[in-house]
Amino acid sequence: MNLLELRNVTLRFGGLVAVNDVSFSVEEGEVFALVGPNGAGKSTIFNMISRFYTPAQGDIHFKGQSILDHQAHDIPRLGIARTFQNIELFEQASVLQNLLVGRHTHSRTNFLSEALFLPSVREQERRHREAVEQVIDFLDLQAYRDKMIGGLPYGVRKVVEMGRALAIQPNLLLLDEPASGLSVEETQDVAFWIEDIKRVMGITVLMVEHDMHLVSSVSDRVMALADGRMLSIGTPQEVQNDPAVIEAYIGSSDSPEDGEAA
Amino acid sequence: MDILQLIVSGLANGCVYGLIALGFVLIYKATEAVNFAQGDFMMLGAFITLGFTNTDYIGLPFWISVILAIGLMGILGYLLDLVVLRRMFGQSQVAMVILTIALGFVIRFIAGAIWGHEPQALESPIAGVDVRFGGLVLGMDEVVIIVVTVILTILLYLFFIRTKLGVAMQAASQNQLAAYYMGIPVKRIHSLIWALAGIVAAIAGILFASKGTIDPTAGLLGIKAFAAAVIGGFGSLPGALLGGLVVGLIEPFAARYLPAGYSQIAPYLLLVVMLIVRPHGILSQIQTKKV
Amino acid sequence: MRYVFKTSYDADIRLFKHNAQAFWYLLLLTVAVLLPFFINDFLIGEATLVLIWAICGMGLMLLVGQTGQASLGHAAFMAIGAYSNVLYQQYFSLPFLLSFPLSGLTAALAGALIAMPTTRLHGIYLAIATLAISVLADDLIVMLEPITGGVAGLFAPDIEVFGYVINRYGNPNELYWLVLLITLAVVLIYRNLLRSPTGRAFAAVRDSEVSARAMGVNVARTKMIAFAISCFITGLGGALMGHFATIFTNETFNLIMSITLLLMIVIGGLGTIHGAFFGAMVVVFLPLLISVTRDSVTSALGMSSVTVPGIENGVFGAILIGFILFEPMGIYGRWVKIRTYFELFPFYRKDMFRRQKSYLKTERSR
Repeated sequence: MNLLELRNVTLRFGGLVAVNDVSFSVEEGEVFALVGPNGAGKSTIFNMISRFYTPAQGDIHFKGQSILDHQAHDIPRLGIARTFQNIELFEQASVLQNLLVGRHTHSRTNFLSEALFLPSVREQERRHREAVEQVIDFLDLQAYRDKMIGGLPYGVRKVVEMGRALAIQPNLLLLDEPASGLSVEETQDVAFWIEDIKRVMGITVLMVEHDMHLVSSVSDRVMALADGRMLSIGTPQEVQNDPAVIEAYIGSSDSPEDGEAA
Repeated sequence: MDILQLIVSGLANGCVYGLIALGFVLIYKATEAVNFAQGDFMMLGAFITLGFTNTDYIGLPFWISVILAIGLMGILGYLLDLVVLRRMFGQSQVAMVILTIALGFVIRFIAGAIWGHEPQALESPIAGVDVRFGGLVLGMDEVVIIVVTVILTILLYLFFIRTKLGVAMQAASQNQLAAYYMGIPVKRIHSLIWALAGIVAAIAGILFASKGTIDPTAGLLGIKAFAAAVIGGFGSLPGALLGGLVVGLIEPFAARYLPAGYSQIAPYLLLVVMLIVRPHGILSQIQTKKV
Repeated sequence: MRYVFKTSYDADIRLFKHNAQAFWYLLLLTVAVLLPFFINDFLIGEATLVLIWAICGMGLMLLVGQTGQASLGHAAFMAIGAYSNVLYQQYFSLPFLLSFPLSGLTAALAGALIAMPTTRLHGIYLAIATLAISVLADDLIVMLEPITGGVAGLFAPDIEVFGYVINRYGNPNELYWLVLLITLAVVLIYRNLLRSPTGRAFAAVRDSEVSARAMGVNVARTKMIAFAISCFITGLGGALMGHFATIFTNETFNLIMSITLLLMIVIGGLGTIHGAFFGAMVVVFLPLLISVTRDSVTSALGMSSVTVPGIENGVFGAILIGFILFEPMGIYGRWVKIRTYFELFPFYRKDMFRRQKSYLKTERSR
């Protein structure tokens, strides 16, 4: 079944066409990767799915319903979680608190009952913490639970951000360059986690990634983009061998085999 | 005729607001800091001139005092950045706001301690002289204020467009990192911007003191200049002047045609309306964050 | 250094991290309750004033320290609290027990209404908008003279709780205890919010609005709630300030008051409840300290007493500059460092609290 579907989506920034008539759909239970040179429109597609941007044309459907009449803060409630390319964590809060923010959409209490900390609030807090501890266990974050984000190394922050998205318990997880800036070992961990997220948690993954090794090892399907247009779609093997893709990469002097780490 | 005089006096006030606002915007554009003490800078510039030229104090000739005051305020601005504000590099904007507010407190206290808290008049050659244009009688001070502001604006414009330093300042304000990579000494540019803001404040202060009295609380005029800067568009130099003129013109007309009490709140009401309708001012420059 | 082994989810939820902490705060509370038996009426008045400032400070702290929204106009909400409290008593003959919470709600309502258009504003624009609100409130009080008494001011009657009358000068101890009780309630509400979803949403909005939205936090609504709760607390503080001052005018809650309130929480330590109390002590005791110092200096030099107008603000500003440059976390930050030094003795390292600097934090693009 199609979990997410983009239909002829176009977005312009002034005169620049960032995304041009792009259509694709993500099946439930798969790992789908978007690849392409910088400026191909990958992150822009993410930002449209998160409703930070509104497409000029086309429609985006999630679970069979258009998400265009929802605001950005409604998106996680529908079941879509995301991470950011340049890590957007809450710097002056602990790892635990960051993950707990991920539980925001599951909160049913209002600020009045919270000000009095009624028993219902306490009960809800326990449930939130139970859910968050599972994420902490899954991502091996126990050692950092009470640490402030401001003092954490880059690799750990990247994992915390993934954990925060998982705390939402989404159906679809958008990972924006999950391995950028990570070492080979850390990238390997990310690959295992993505596998587990798909198999154990049953969460569909849509990711943007430059590291072709990671992409080909974890994704079921890949779509290549260049200059806002779709070039090719299929298995990682098919896309990498597509003449149009090779030309686009050589044209921008950016080999897909190199895997851009930055 | 009456209306014309209202307009001229409004414009003259507006020029002073505009010049203070110009100081804010200069600093904001270059360093993203907002100098809440700019009004107090103006007050200090006026008092320094007064201290040099008034016969009760040193009694130097007016023009020498003006040059000395402008020079001193420039040096003060430069040193302030060098000694205090440079340490703030990388701290939040709110911290900067609070720091400059505190700076304003200190300046006000120092001015009060040196020159006292009584309103004083600057012994200026343009104070209390009338000029006639046909049947129109205008204060010399008002005419001079408008003329000086126009000249200063043109000079600043040429400075930013024509001189190497001005272009470097523009570059540093648009992208600090890129400017730094291009070999522009961003930190020194920041200090120079503060010096320039000090100079503009001194000129505004001298003009302000020429058309009335001055006391240590005169710096609170800066709040009106804030309104002016926001109305014009924070981050735009022409906008600052435009905003100043708008606020300056509203006041005498509000005083004339609105019931008492309403005239003084008119600029702030306009500010609030402006923030709701067009938050980034008449001439705005703002982009959305990329994620 | 103490290690707390967490064995249940409640370990993170409860108010005190461990029993020793609970003990120290209980001791502090006991001292606070017994204070009137040890010091004279004048000092009890000052202590009451500290608590009132701390309440107002906590209100602003929730907005600035927790939600990251600057306000330079919070004295306006103190004014709303003070005026509405007295006016409800005067015009509707409501008892204090009703008029007091209602005054907070009135301030909260005003705050929410003002927040609605201003939540779109960021950083500096919000600061200037709130600055304008403070100036407008000042003028508005004068313009509404028939109700507010204009520049002549308004007289706050004695507080009456269950038939028990508390006069500001006649029963300073009772007033102190009443204010202490309200302070405790505010602290508890503050702490409860911080450990629940709303408090975390505040922090999310403060640290990254983009990310907060991606986590499902309605940013505009959260800011509005923050404004409303903040103004509620500050309004309560203002109502108490009105009773404490017994007569107040537009000048009581002017722009300088707004700015002092903001500077106060920065000196105390932004983002912490302790900070509000430390800052309040500075605001209340600094003028006392200055006058005592001045008297001793002038008498030592054999001069007649000289008054230097504006010296309080000057010294206050200088202290603040010092703190921002050398201890941005305020008095509380210094306190934590000293405490850690003794806890870890002799293993304290100098850069344990080195702060991370984030360069090029631009606000121009949002």
